[in-house]
Amino acid sequence: MAESHIAADVVVIGGGPGGYVAAIRAAQLGFSTVCVEMDRTLGGTCVNVGCIPSKALLESSHHFEFMAHDAAKHGIGLANLSIDVPAMLKRKDDVVGQNTKGIEFLFRKNKVTWAKGRGTLKAGNVVEVRGAPPENNLTTYQATHVIISTGSAPIELPFLKFDEERVLSNVGALTIPSVPEHLIVIGGGVIGLELSSVWRRLGARVTVVELLPSILPGMDDDIVKDADKMFRKQGLDIRTGTRVTGGGRTADGAFVTVEKDGSTERLDGDYVLVSIGRRPVTTGIDAEALGLALGRRGEVLVDDQQRTNIPGVYAIGDCTPGPMLAHKAEEEGVVAAEVIAGKPVHMHHRTVPGVVYTWPEIAVVGITEREARDSGREVKVGKFPFSANGRARTAGETTGFVKFVADATTDEILGCHMLGPSVSELMAEVILAMEYRGSSEDIGITVHAHPTLSETTKEAALAVLGRALHF
Amino acid sequence: MTAIKVPQLGESIVEATVSRWLKNEGDQVAAGDTLVELETDKITVEVPALAAGVLRTHIVKEGEVVTVDQLLGELEDGATAAPATAGSTPAAAAPPDAGAPRAATANPVAAPAAVPAPATAQGAAKVSPAAQRVAAEQQVDLAAVKGTGRGGVVSKPDVIEQAATSGRTAPTPPIAKASASPVTPSAAITTAPAGSIRPAPAEGTRETREKMTTRRKRIAENLLLSQHNTAHLTTFNEIDMSVVSALRERMKEKVEKEHGVKLSFMPFFVKAATMALKAMPVVNASIDGDAIVYHHYVNMGIAVASDAGLVVPNVKDADRKGMLDVSRDIAAVARRAREGKLTMDDLTGGTFTITNGGVFGSLVSTPIINYPQAGILGLHKTQDRPIAFNGQVVIRPMMYVALSYDHRIIDGQQAVLFLVKVKELMEDPAAMLVD
Repeated sequence: MAESHIAADVVVIGGGPGGYVAAIRAAQLGFSTVCVEMDRTLGGTCVNVGCIPSKALLESSHHFEFMAHDAAKHGIGLANLSIDVPAMLKRKDDVVGQNTKGIEFLFRKNKVTWAKGRGTLKAGNVVEVRGAPPENNLTTYQATHVIISTGSAPIELPFLKFDEERVLSNVGALTIPSVPEHLIVIGGGVIGLELSSVWRRLGARVTVVELLPSILPGMDDDIVKDADKMFRKQGLDIRTGTRVTGGGRTADGAFVTVEKDGSTERLDGDYVLVSIGRRPVTTGIDAEALGLALGRRGEVLVDDQQRTNIPGVYAIGDCTPGPMLAHKAEEEGVVAAEVIAGKPVHMHHRTVPGVVYTWPEIAVVGITEREARDSGREVKVGKFPFSANGRARTAGETTGFVKFVADATTDEILGCHMLGPSVSELMAEVILAMEYRGSSEDIGITVHAHPTLSETTKEAALAVLGRALHF
Repeated sequence: MTAIKVPQLGESIVEATVSRWLKNEGDQVAAGDTLVELETDKITVEVPALAAGVLRTHIVKEGEVVTVDQLLGELEDGATAAPATAGSTPAAAAPPDAGAPRAATANPVAAPAAVPAPATAQGAAKVSPAAQRVAAEQQVDLAAVKGTGRGGVVSKPDVIEQAATSGRTAPTPPIAKASASPVTPSAAITTAPAGSIRPAPAEGTRETREKMTTRRKRIAENLLLSQHNTAHLTTFNEIDMSVVSALRERMKEKVEKEHGVKLSFMPFFVKAATMALKAMPVVNASIDGDAIVYHHYVNMGIAVASDAGLVVPNVKDADRKGMLDVSRDIAAVARRAREGKLTMDDLTGGTFTITNGGVFGSLVSTPIINYPQAGILGLHKTQDRPIAFNGQVVIRPMMYVALSYDHRIIDGQQAVLFLVKVKELMEDPAAMLVD
């Protein structure tokens, strides 16, 4: 009974993009706030081994590919082009360091306490934090409100466990020390395609094995069709409808055996990247003992105000239902903090975009054309290609299109699907419009600067109304 | 000319009533002078002159309802007041039928006609561009469309759905509606500061119709909302005030001398109520959808009768404050309420309310819950009454207290125990030390 409990208004378990943002917002709202993170740095998967480092490598490898293949078209000659992978990796690490230091600064600025160690949630909103060895200090917090943001982990194949030497998850794929001769990627989703692109651009042969009949499962059919064509043209060896039946280490690499339509094949590579999805993790949360309601996949069930079934306990991000995306987690973190402060806010999952940071990029929001039609809705579709956009032509970036799916009666934007240059940025105006329940006409009759890529968005919106101007 | 516009009025407030012009047309004003007062359902907003100059026109009259960004009048920068010469049609936008150019006479209220509001749809800022186009073409009255976009923006789907469900609604486009708004003779509305004593009716007048102010309309809506949306119930008890009265008598001079605070009974009730709320947290909760939101703090609403009507500012974190701080805070919000200077912060975030009908002599009443709160404590007049005490009939200063509560989340037992706790603490204030 003599344990000392440090009182805190809000304790956030997990310092990833959801958790640290929730902590900052809670502190802004005047709560004494503690954020528990067991890693040596804040930022979680996103900042340390996800979004940020992968984008750093995508950027570097994109520059290389431009210089190697496209510079000549601009009349730029580059003799003796070389790749220094260690320098590339160091730059990536520096970028990650700037981001994690940035979060520490934000914590100091907002007076958020970083409790370094592994958090365990006990009954009565008590959070125990066990520090790192050798001290293993135990600190106990009595929280008024707890936000669980324990994130997710990559799913393993039972016969091909991660060793991060030759059998890699997203973590190991970001630290391959030199350009491999052959990289095998299991899973043709977002992470697999992005990391495939990095190493392909730098010169590796890359084979992508996908169990389902197409890559990017769940995305709009037009996007999937064009993306598949584009990636193959770029040189990815994509094997769809192909099952991985076995695999293991070899002397200087790894192999997998695959099966398609009854015939089997062995693929040998320097590395195997397993990117078949992620699962929610709730480290330190004994859901059964606490009576915390979980879903089938072990995710913490929440309402649209991020409340769990336990009063005063909230959950956000990858450990909750929905897509595992940093920006979704961040927004949920803000919602949780504001709900704690009594504000009448709700999470809008309809307007959470998804992006694949290949080049060209893929960006999607809302529902696909097929989903809309399957739900029995009458829809109108408008599509406009980048090949008809002046700015795209000047940049030599004419692959791809913008596609709107709108309600046939009310013209409400139901979904938008983009493949093309910088579409991750172009998507923002569509999301804003959808947030206001906008129609395609709202975007179509809005002035867009000329010449810009964003004119493609406007034209696609006009195409819904059957009045695109330049196509 | 500088446009004088309705400023942002605060979260969720979109319209206001022009309660009073403080400057007449033709008046010389200095930068920062208050030109006009607007009354919203919650607070009174003063619109200052942004530059020195001469107030040329009152485009809207006292009593008119205006929306954010609407043009109120025009100010000629840097000009000096000159008698009548500058009166050459100041408002270029005024339609030709607006009457003769108005001189800046001493009595602008007597001007023959008001200049109608500029011909923009009311609330135009909250309608999406495509929605505006559809509404104009299909003659849908935008005022009748409920916006479903974020922040209540009227979207194109909203207009189309409205047109589909109601057929062509109002054949009058909003523009016509705005310009056709009748010019109310200024004598028929309250031109004096809001809520002040009405002028005596003219001899022989048997009825007077008076437009409800925005605030009165909102008060009316909120009271109905509370009655319709809660399972309203009231429980009563009575408090023997003799001990706390003696305590207050003994302390008040000292407190006033040492701290400059007048010690009333209210801080004692606030203290007792916050302690009772801690014991019965659900009385301090509210309902949001199908969830009960427990507030682990008490922002104590204090109902204050001001000239403009009943307002309920709250004392923040009353549970963490001492009695003297609570006294100071109550005095401060009450003063701001009387002066019409309450801020949005004063009026939002309350978790429980105390109302004292006793100041006017009420002996017992059933207060209405300040929705979405779940409980309200009603205090009444303290009056000497004979009661039975230890088998004797004695005369004691007694007060009836009432707790109205939302029976959906507060059970009868909890409500009764809350009120009993308040009674016990007030009858034996020393018990407030031991908690």
